[in-house]
Amino acid sequence: MAKNPIISHYGDCGILLQWDFDFNPENLKFLLSAKAKIDRMLDNPEVEVINTYTALLLIYPIAVTTRLNDFKRLQEIDFSSLENISIAQRLIEIPVCYDLCFGLDLEFLAKEKEMSIESLISLHTAPVYTVYFIGFLPGFPYLGGLDARLAFPRKKSPRNKIEKGAVGIAENQTGIYPQASPAGWQIIGNCPLTLFNPIASTPCLLRAGDQIRFKSVDKEEHKAIKAEVDNGDYELKTNSENG
Amino acid sequence: MADIELISPGFYTTIQDFGRLGTAKYGVPQAGAMDAFSAAKANLLLNNSSNAALLEITFSGPKIRFNRTMNICICGAHFKVTCEGKTLENDKSHLIHAGEQVNFGSLSTGFRAYLAFSGGIDAPVLLGSRSQYEGITTHFRLKKGDNLNIIGSEKVLKESSARVQFNDKGILDNKIEVMAGAEYHLLNAIQKEQLLNTEYTLLPSSNRMAIQFKEKVKNELSGITTAATLPGTVQLTPQGRLVVLMRDCQVTGGYPRILQLSEMGINSIAQQAPGKSIFFEMLVK
Repeated sequence: MAKNPIISHYGDCGILLQWDFDFNPENLKFLLSAKAKIDRMLDNPEVEVINTYTALLLIYPIAVTTRLNDFKRLQEIDFSSLENISIAQRLIEIPVCYDLCFGLDLEFLAKEKEMSIESLISLHTAPVYTVYFIGFLPGFPYLGGLDARLAFPRKKSPRNKIEKGAVGIAENQTGIYPQASPAGWQIIGNCPLTLFNPIASTPCLLRAGDQIRFKSVDKEEHKAIKAEVDNGDYELKTNSENG
Repeated sequence: MADIELISPGFYTTIQDFGRLGTAKYGVPQAGAMDAFSAAKANLLLNNSSNAALLEITFSGPKIRFNRTMNICICGAHFKVTCEGKTLENDKSHLIHAGEQVNFGSLSTGFRAYLAFSGGIDAPVLLGSRSQYEGITTHFRLKKGDNLNIIGSEKVLKESSARVQFNDKGILDNKIEVMAGAEYHLLNAIQKEQLLNTEYTLLPSSNRMAIQFKEKVKNELSGITTAATLPGTVQLTPQGRLVVLMRDCQVTGGYPRILQLSEMGINSIAQQAPGKSIFFEMLVK
């Protein structure tokens, strides 16, 4: 496995480190370890380091002048000797209501897949998913781990608006919409949690490296959880472990 | 009574500063002034912090009533701006008295003007910035009747004839500085040549999120696995469309990132109106 990245300038506000490996939970741990090492080396809170599936991007405000020097320092790091740091890994339970009133495409998808709605739901709730990174919309998690039997193309004509919390499938991805949005995904349920809140001290519910599992809840539970979330007394169900 | 009132908002007027930094991990776009150079200039001429919140005025400007005496400065696009019959030039501090009204008229050059107020606009700071963005701030643009408070400064600058002579050529120029993007190497020689030798005409659908062009690039590349993007990233869609991501762009994207505008390139293209055409000019490494 190629552990040393290709390092390149990304315009005049970024440095890109790209690794030639597949994306999987093990390599995500490696990327997050590399990010932690770079954060320590730079020791500059103005420079943000983010990961995607197989790359890190360092984002510089235009006024920070250390970028060219940092580039040289990055080239000197031997990533092959990098120890995977111990990342506190959370397993978070994400309630999803798969009722037909939310799962706009459940019947269609079950028919196309020639399976019952119940087996479709159990295939979706079985895996532990990995949050690779947040992107697309504020708070939107890119999740890995969808059962290949559930993969399905996007809708031919996207919907103009889907509800906040809509849970969908597109190709081999599954995701949760943090806000109402136009969407081309096949919608199978709704999550009552708030994934993004710009005025909260932790604006984003999920972060890169988290693991999640979907738990099927009925309409009444969905309503009750939503009320608790709105009142600010919903307690997130997590198991923290050092992975 | 608020310090200023928008009697009319103009075509698309927003509150901006330099935008949000350190929030890509939340999937939150940077936002911020499209032409950050002109925004900083307007603030600095008033002795503000270059990151003070100001108004970004696009294509047609507002009419503003002042309820408090203060200094203002306009930079970037050139509009015919008047205050009680007097013309207000760009790149100069003007003293506006309580009770006066400033009107933006016709646009002559550029596309976006920046109107700074001494001390800066007092708007809520969300995730480190006052820049308006849908889903982050309560509103994403200003509307008729909006009232704004200005932080103000202790000292009012006296009206003087002093004016800084700036060479706006770099900003208003249609040659846009670019560098190779992360997937530039996927292009063939013909595409690379075509990119630098074609005059690209901005489409009316261009906005704070992205600028697109009428002309296409013959392309057989498909999408890429979702990857990080920044303002100034030029993506190439499977249909051959070039998409120049601007300040409100998403933090990730799924099309090859073939070029990257320099910071000045972003500022310059922000001043090009739809229908105008540009050239990409590769910066020598």
